Amino acid sequence: MRYLPKSPAERQEMLESIGVSSAEELFSSIPERYRLTEPLKLPGPLSEAEIIQYFKERAAENSSGYASFLGAGVYNHLRSVITDVVIQRGEFLTSYTPYQAEITQGTLQAIFEFQTLMCQLTGQEVANASMYDGSTATTEAVLMAERLTGRQRVLVARSLHPEYRDVLRTYGRNCGLQLEELPYAKDGTLDAAALARSLRDDVAAVVVQSPNFFGVVEETAELARLVKSSGALLVVAITEGVSLGLVKPPAEADIVAMEGQSFGLAPSYGGPFVGVIASRDKFVRQLPGRLAGETTDTEGRRGFVLTLATREQHIRREKATSNICTNQALCALAATVHLTLLGKEGLREMAQQNLSKAAFALGELEKIPGVRRAFAGPFFNEFTVELPRSVKLVNAQLLEEKIIGPFVLGTAYPELTKHALVCVTETTTRAQIEKFVAALRRILERPL
Amino acid sequence: MTPKLNKATRHTSQNEGLIFEKSSPGKRAFELPPLDVPTVDPNALLGTQHRHHGVEHFPEVSEIEVLRHFTRLSTWNYAIDLGMYPLGSCTMKYNPRVNEFVARLEGLATEHPYQPQELSQGCLKILRLLERCLLEITGMDAITLQPAAGAQGELTGLLLIRAYLEKQGNARRKVLIPDSAHGTNPATAVIAGYEVENIKSESHGQIDVEKLRDLVTEDVAALMITNPSTLGIFEQRIPEIAEILHAKGALLYMDGANMNALTGITRPGDFGVDVMHLNLHKTFSTPHGGGGPGTGPVAMKKILEPFRPVPVLVEKEGGRLALDSNRADSIGRVKAFVGNFGLLVRALAYILAYGPGVRQATEDAVINANYIRKNLEGVFDLPYELPSMHEVVFSDAIQKKNGVNTMDIAKRLIDYGFHPYTTAFPLIVAGALMIEPTESESKEECDLFIEAMRAIAQEAAENPALVKSAPHTTRVRRLDEVGAARKPILRWKPTDKPEGKLHHAHKTPHPEPTPTV
Repeated sequence: MRYLPKSPAERQEMLESIGVSSAEELFSSIPERYRLTEPLKLPGPLSEAEIIQYFKERAAENSSGYASFLGAGVYNHLRSVITDVVIQRGEFLTSYTPYQAEITQGTLQAIFEFQTLMCQLTGQEVANASMYDGSTATTEAVLMAERLTGRQRVLVARSLHPEYRDVLRTYGRNCGLQLEELPYAKDGTLDAAALARSLRDDVAAVVVQSPNFFGVVEETAELARLVKSSGALLVVAITEGVSLGLVKPPAEADIVAMEGQSFGLAPSYGGPFVGVIASRDKFVRQLPGRLAGETTDTEGRRGFVLTLATREQHIRREKATSNICTNQALCALAATVHLTLLGKEGLREMAQQNLSKAAFALGELEKIPGVRRAFAGPFFNEFTVELPRSVKLVNAQLLEEKIIGPFVLGTAYPELTKHALVCVTETTTRAQIEKFVAALRRILERPL
Repeated sequence: MTPKLNKATRHTSQNEGLIFEKSSPGKRAFELPPLDVPTVDPNALLGTQHRHHGVEHFPEVSEIEVLRHFTRLSTWNYAIDLGMYPLGSCTMKYNPRVNEFVARLEGLATEHPYQPQELSQGCLKILRLLERCLLEITGMDAITLQPAAGAQGELTGLLLIRAYLEKQGNARRKVLIPDSAHGTNPATAVIAGYEVENIKSESHGQIDVEKLRDLVTEDVAALMITNPSTLGIFEQRIPEIAEILHAKGALLYMDGANMNALTGITRPGDFGVDVMHLNLHKTFSTPHGGGGPGTGPVAMKKILEPFRPVPVLVEKEGGRLALDSNRADSIGRVKAFVGNFGLLVRALAYILAYGPGVRQATEDAVINANYIRKNLEGVFDLPYELPSMHEVVFSDAIQKKNGVNTMDIAKRLIDYGFHPYTTAFPLIVAGALMIEPTESESKEECDLFIEAMRAIAQEAAENPALVKSAPHTTRVRRLDEVGAARKPILRWKPTDKPEGKLHHAHKTPHPEPTPTV
């Protein structure tokens, strides 16, 4: 087998050195009746060429050749080949968590740079080395708020990504959290009046997403003032990080939980992505997960180490701030490389292109009779339109034109069956937008 | 004394500051294609209150600078690609490159989790085949591929147990965890809403079955066990342990972190385990990447199947695959979307490469661990003498007499060209040296390691100061961890950059380390 570096003779030599006659003997501590006597029924072995062939065949059974208007938490953005070149360097790819700082300075400095970039982006003071994804980062942010406030009630915007709300429910159920939903207002933003009514001195956190699931940018600064007056913490979730190239970061929030997929990570059918959690310096001891910090060696040279580990499970066990151990380091590195490539100007320009294309797409869609913008609140690269008929039916017909239609809001919001969440990024061409608009016009002209 | 540095030698590496210190306005490393629609005024669309004028102090550098920056950083790392990485409990095996290649294929990397399922049959078939392979390997009945890492797999497993018990009317109060367990086990139990009761191992490092019999009451939801244990020893009485739990209506959770010792040899489903997670970034070769991403699929017995997280992969008429989120008894989602798909692709590629021959990998891993044990026994103290499987745990008891501890030995190992073993874990061994070579090491590499360890033991006896001040050959010496925690500097700030510091970093040659020999 090509991955195994031993010849039969070497194997034999090693067994003799150990003092056993066969490998089987090394498993004698396993009760005999539980030892397999037959080989596992697994497909293979396959050569490298056969493996590539198998996966190419599977890839051909997917969506190649379709234009897509899906976002809803996962976005198609340009990625530089440089990012992949860096993260495929064996020294990054095949290195472990940097517990031995002297021989993992590369990973540690890269994490430190990631933490810095995430602070700069979110307007926060401290960020950790990464969480699994945006959904678990949001949940960990809420658990952090619970520890900081000692309160259990959590007010969650209905316009938070439905799957993020699901994850929060799964975790929250057994931690004594009481989750309550906050409705959205007519313009698609959080219903501030409802928030004001629900805010009491027993609220640990208020969770909003911006731009929210409908694509609408929230008034986070105003919400922060309201939330603070009750002693609760404001958690702002961000699923589309590229928005931060043009939209002010939620600097007033107490904790920001972000999905970093937009920063150089492929959609990859839902993962692996990278979760970001950022907050204020004064809350650092309640942060979950790993942190890299700057220090010096015995000769005074700058170096980096994992630090404040007394928050973590390997030290604190049942008293840890989280059970997270392995995080998304390589994805965080990809995001670091990608954002470094983009730089200040590149990120701004990418955001500007997203906004321009979304505005163009909305303008074209609104020309179709019966199609109207659903929410008046400002948007970035996603917006909600109301169609004169079920989006599900429309999408089925769009498929015939090799178009994957917008996200069907009705799947998560029963009150919005005719509402479509349209996403347009810098990768969507004008021609694709025009083709989509023309197809939609034709479909809507047909009788039901 | 001349150390036998047969594996490594000194070489120059480049100095490199933080990327922020290289930034200069106007440089760029990324250009977009021209905008093909009219550009808009962000103030008008977003409103001035939302308008941001660029992220302050974001780097502004060129492409070659970005590539050099990260390439230089990479050369400061040790990695499996450079040599043996015997971190116990971490299974640092070869990460096949074909796995990286297939995960990036157009048609896989490009797919959106919300695209229609009829246009995702390729993705779903991959998931289905991986599910079947992992069920065959574990001997379980059902599986979820959603959890993002081992710790999240543990949580999923405990939530399944909780849901099952709740359905029977009582979720119960406690989870039992041996003192040899990974820290994630107790941390996870708390999030699942359970109290943790730690149980002391008996004198051979195994579960104290007699004591367990007393501890298992109708208040106990589950026992979380790692098998082989973190000592690298198979829990011989595990079928009996399962019976004790089942007799009281409690379930047996197995932490599958050490599945590399069992694959193709024995199956947890056959010896009484009810639910377990697998770390695909350990046994199934997906790269550790400096700390993730991982994946922690959870395999279970039939009784737990109804509670699996959504979405669940189902087969419809005509063999069409679909994701079903409409499951009344589900514990809900543990993360967004279907799971870390890109890693599931890699794990399947690994399994396909071996097929049934995966048993040979397990055998080689166990041969390597026992070979190292045999050749270091006596040189290092072996606190538990039961047979080792994929890893061996020594203690620093012999070297401690000269004031040399496991961390010192680990740091000295770096000078010999190896990554250290896991230090000071499991907690039940004072001064543990936990060595897991994996199957990826040749006899030659194992011999070099043994030689290095023997040389260090000799140094510890004859020149302990040399070992205690190691490493001597790295870019940086031991780092001030206490200072780092006392006054945390967790990000770069512009004020951290006094004029000239950047130049200093570039122009001053790296000081030569103190001669060690």
